[in-house]
Amino acid sequence: MNPLPSPFVRAALDAAGGLPDSGIAWLDAARRENLQAFAESGLPEGRNEAWKYTPLRALSQRAFALADRTAASGLAIDPALFALPGLDGARIVFVDGTFRADLSSLDADGIELAPLSAALSSQAEPLRFALANRYRRGATDAFVHLNAALATDGFVLRIAEGATVSRPVHVVHVSSGSQADTAWHVRLLVEVGKGAAADIVEHFVSAGDATQLGTVVSDVVLREGARLGVVLLQDASPATTLVRRGHVRIDAGAQATLHALELGGGLVRHELHADLDGDGARFDSRGVFALAGRQHVDTQLEIRHKARDTASDALWRGIADGRSRGVFRGAILVAEGADGADAALSNKNLLLSGMAEIDTKPELEIYADEVKAAHGATIGQLDERSLFYLRSRGIPLAEARSLLTLAFCRAALESLQNDTLREYLGERLVAHLPTGPAE
Amino acid sequence: MHMLKIDNLHARVEGKEILKGLSLTVKPGEVHAIMGPNGAGKSTLGNVLAGRDGYEVTQGTVDFAGRDLLALEPEERAAVGVFLAFQYPVEIPGVNNTYFLRAALNAQRKFRGEDELDSMRFLKLVREKLKVMQISDELLHRAVNEGFSGGEKKRNEIFQMAVLEPKLAILDETDSGLDIDALKQVAEGVNALRSPDRSFVIVTHYQRLLDYIQPDYVHVLAGGRIVESGDKDLALKLEEQGYAWLAETHPELRKADLAGAPA
Ligand SMILES: Nc1ncnc2c1ncn2[C@@H]1O[C@H](COP(=O)(O)OP(=O)(O)OP(=O)(O)O)[C@@H](O)[C@H]1O
Ligand SMILES: [Mg+2]
Repeated sequence: MNPLPSPFVRAALDAAGGLPDSGIAWLDAARRENLQAFAESGLPEGRNEAWKYTPLRALSQRAFALADRTAASGLAIDPALFALPGLDGARIVFVDGTFRADLSSLDADGIELAPLSAALSSQAEPLRFALANRYRRGATDAFVHLNAALATDGFVLRIAEGATVSRPVHVVHVSSGSQADTAWHVRLLVEVGKGAAADIVEHFVSAGDATQLGTVVSDVVLREGARLGVVLLQDASPATTLVRRGHVRIDAGAQATLHALELGGGLVRHELHADLDGDGARFDSRGVFALAGRQHVDTQLEIRHKARDTASDALWRGIADGRSRGVFRGAILVAEGADGADAALSNKNLLLSGMAEIDTKPELEIYADEVKAAHGATIGQLDERSLFYLRSRGIPLAEARSLLTLAFCRAALESLQNDTLREYLGERLVAHLPTGPAE
Repeated sequence: MHMLKIDNLHARVEGKEILKGLSLTVKPGEVHAIMGPNGAGKSTLGNVLAGRDGYEVTQGTVDFAGRDLLALEPEERAAVGVFLAFQYPVEIPGVNNTYFLRAALNAQRKFRGEDELDSMRFLKLVREKLKVMQISDELLHRAVNEGFSGGEKKRNEIFQMAVLEPKLAILDETDSGLDIDALKQVAEGVNALRSPDRSFVIVTHYQRLLDYIQPDYVHVLAGGRIVESGDKDLALKLEEQGYAWLAETHPELRKADLAGAPA
């Protein structure tokens, strides 16, 4: 317990004091409870193993007011900012955590998509478990409490049983970048019904350069035999601090796939916990982070095999240039009774500058029988011989470097089925790659 | 007028002097063969000419068609017309062979102020060159040299040379590890490119290749220098007698210089 709350905690308490009651007793109680838990714990400190490589000392000295909802509602945002080729299905847009009906289009066959604020005012009770009971004090970390205490918006997405939604649902988080030193918090709930299939593209962008903090907590459930593909494109400004925590529960025979491309942000923490709860459940994750400048991006993957014949395959690539720092932790747990599990994890990293740093930590815990598990992590540099080979054929150094860097990441993106999106992500990655000579 | 003039070249690798005063002049249209014991510095010469990092020139000059070659970056050397077929071509997973070759050709053309080839014109060029060099389409669609057999890698080097049309091609043991048919194909590839304004420096251990590609000169590189030059007969003599006899005419050469470096 901290005797003196940090500026970060004080600002969160002030922000909560300014929030109006929701009018739903259990929700207000849950918010208060979470705020209390957050105030007691404060931000995680160096002693906390899970945050070892992402120190928050500097963050704890900063004070973020809650982003102004009226300002966020009125801000002019050019839709070109988040337009993605081939994405013309349902879209839900948040600006500084506030739902923007004018930029969104919620209707599509087979889906039920509503902003959290609207879902709460029409039918709050079904959300009670997810919003009140799941995050009990002490059961989870500080940012989840913070989000639970302060998030007033987000969405509830339901894919009807057996529905096949052909066009991806585009979820956009815009950091306005115009309200300096403000924070926004978003809460997402997704349920993919039995045998249903859908895709989601979660997209982070910034409209300006002011310092902001965003937190997103999401809960995703895949019912029996469901299929969900998630693409995550994080392209926020370097002034943005982002903390995301996703939890995916995968029931029997269901399959979830993630492709993540982390390009932007100043300080980013991405935690993803996947529970393979039902027999034959499968989770594939692929991701690339490409960092430069002073970016710090920390990815924490936790995959838990809890049923028979479950499979997970994780393939992540990291690139760090400049003075950036990348952190990757991939933990796989095969629980007792999860016999016949098949788990693979590969994390390869590329340091493009002598000042950059990458820490990687694969973890494997197995308590079941007949398990196939393979994991490996490497950190290296661009191969000098390959670089010379390309240059000796006339390809300039900068181009040779980006060609090899892209080749290094290719495996992580190539399994994305949506051709248009895959090519776009590849182009974004290339545009983002450093082209200058090594330091 | 010369194409390449190397004068008193000294070069170090990892602090060790490998080239010790090498001189060689190549005129346009000429084919020079370089032979020499293992570890003599033949590949080092190719790497120095192509501009590889870590090969430090401590003395001497290299003039390429009126330019100071040593002052250019590797990619600039390629663009002005220097091509090195590697003794051990590298595999580059994730980089498509055709994409790579087009990027290389266009980068060179851009450097020279020529227009870049679109994919249609490039494919037409590739098809023309494929006729000369027997390479299956399938290899072109793979990643650069990835999973290629030793012979396929060597043929791919010659194929790249055919597409890039350099002024000076340095072939470092392109014949090593080739079966007889592949050897003939490589030779045909080279012969098809021979022209009055294109020169070749061919590093080889076997005079057999020279049955197919008639050299104008044959040199012996030993102890970091060219110690003997002659015509095709010199290659035949080396094939019969090895290198030891050179000690008589070149007392400065140590035994180790002629015996081949230990691996
Ligand atoms: N990158 C390097 N690092 C250390 N030593 C090197 C390097 N490149 C070359 N050498 C050394 O320089 C000497 C000459 O090597 P080089 O490859 O030029 O010989 P070579 O004449 O091509 O031999 P071979 O006929 O076996 O191909 C050898 O002793 C070799 O070990
Ligand atoms: Mg050699």
